Amino acid sequence: MNQAEFVNVVMPFKDKLYRLAKRLLTSSEEAEDATQEILLKLWSKNTKMESYNNVEAFAMTMTKNFCLDRLKSKQAGNLKLVHSNYSDDSTSLQNQVEAKDSVSWVERIMEELPEQQKMVLQLRDVEEYDFDEIGKLLEMNPTAVRVALSRARKTVREKLIQKHSYGIS
Amino acid sequence: MELVNIEKLLEKYFEATTTVTEEETLRAYFSQENVATHLKQYKPMFQYFSKAKEEQYTKQVPLKPRKNYYKWISVAAVAVLIFGIYFGPDSYRDYQEQKQAEFAYNETKKAMSLLASNFGKGTDKMAYLNEFETTTQKIYNNN
Repeated sequence: MNQAEFVNVVMPFKDKLYRLAKRLLTSSEEAEDATQEILLKLWSKNTKMESYNNVEAFAMTMTKNFCLDRLKSKQAGNLKLVHSNYSDDSTSLQNQVEAKDSVSWVERIMEELPEQQKMVLQLRDVEEYDFDEIGKLLEMNPTAVRVALSRARKTVREKLIQKHSYGIS
Repeated sequence: MELVNIEKLLEKYFEATTTVTEEETLRAYFSQENVATHLKQYKPMFQYFSKAKEEQYTKQVPLKPRKNYYKWISVAAVAVLIFGIYFGPDSYRDYQEQKQAEFAYNETKKAMSLLASNFGKGTDKMAYLNEFETTTQKIYNNN
């Protein structure tokens, strides 16, 4: 597999890798580094890549494992502290100031979720994977995925409503 | 989409029993302007998911074709090894021969010098014969 072919294979899902990494690591620099690392790892395995039946799922699993390892390491622990209070400008396209505020609140709420729920929510509601795929990626059975997803969605809803009522009072 | 339908979907959504297409419908509903007031609270959630989907990885990844280096290192190692196996014993033998020759030369030299010194001793003893000669001459002269 040469460079052009590799890029063609990787192109459709490299954004997904990045978004998953960002969801887990919260900082975009960290996520960029992680994505680059994963892509380089894939590239170094490019001779074997044709034998994988689903490169995307493989890459997603790699990203997940890599990010969880990063989070476990001390270095990332320090980074987490640094990035817990950053202001995110990714939703600045929003016209209404109020709406923009609530939208970025969702992101902050998602940051507080446990890793597993974070990943399930990301994979389902952002990347639109089905339960079987998510189950394979996260090594969970589909029912457990469904439960985690339901919990995550409810938590987000509750916190969002909480925030709203604070805003009013 | 009817409001009742949306409400039903929402309920299913939080129980996580909606299909991907149903969730698509929900996102579509919440992305438009006129959302029913009692459902407005869910709007940021779905908007955020749609927004999050647009985020892209823009960094360039330096993909160097570094794949052949390791292969050539082994080739080089094998070449050196073969070279060594092929020529090594020859030069070693040469070296051994040279050492043997040197040893033999040194031994011969030693033996020769021993011989020479012993010959020297012999000549020293012969000096007394000269003394004998002189005395005989003296006797002849006296007669």
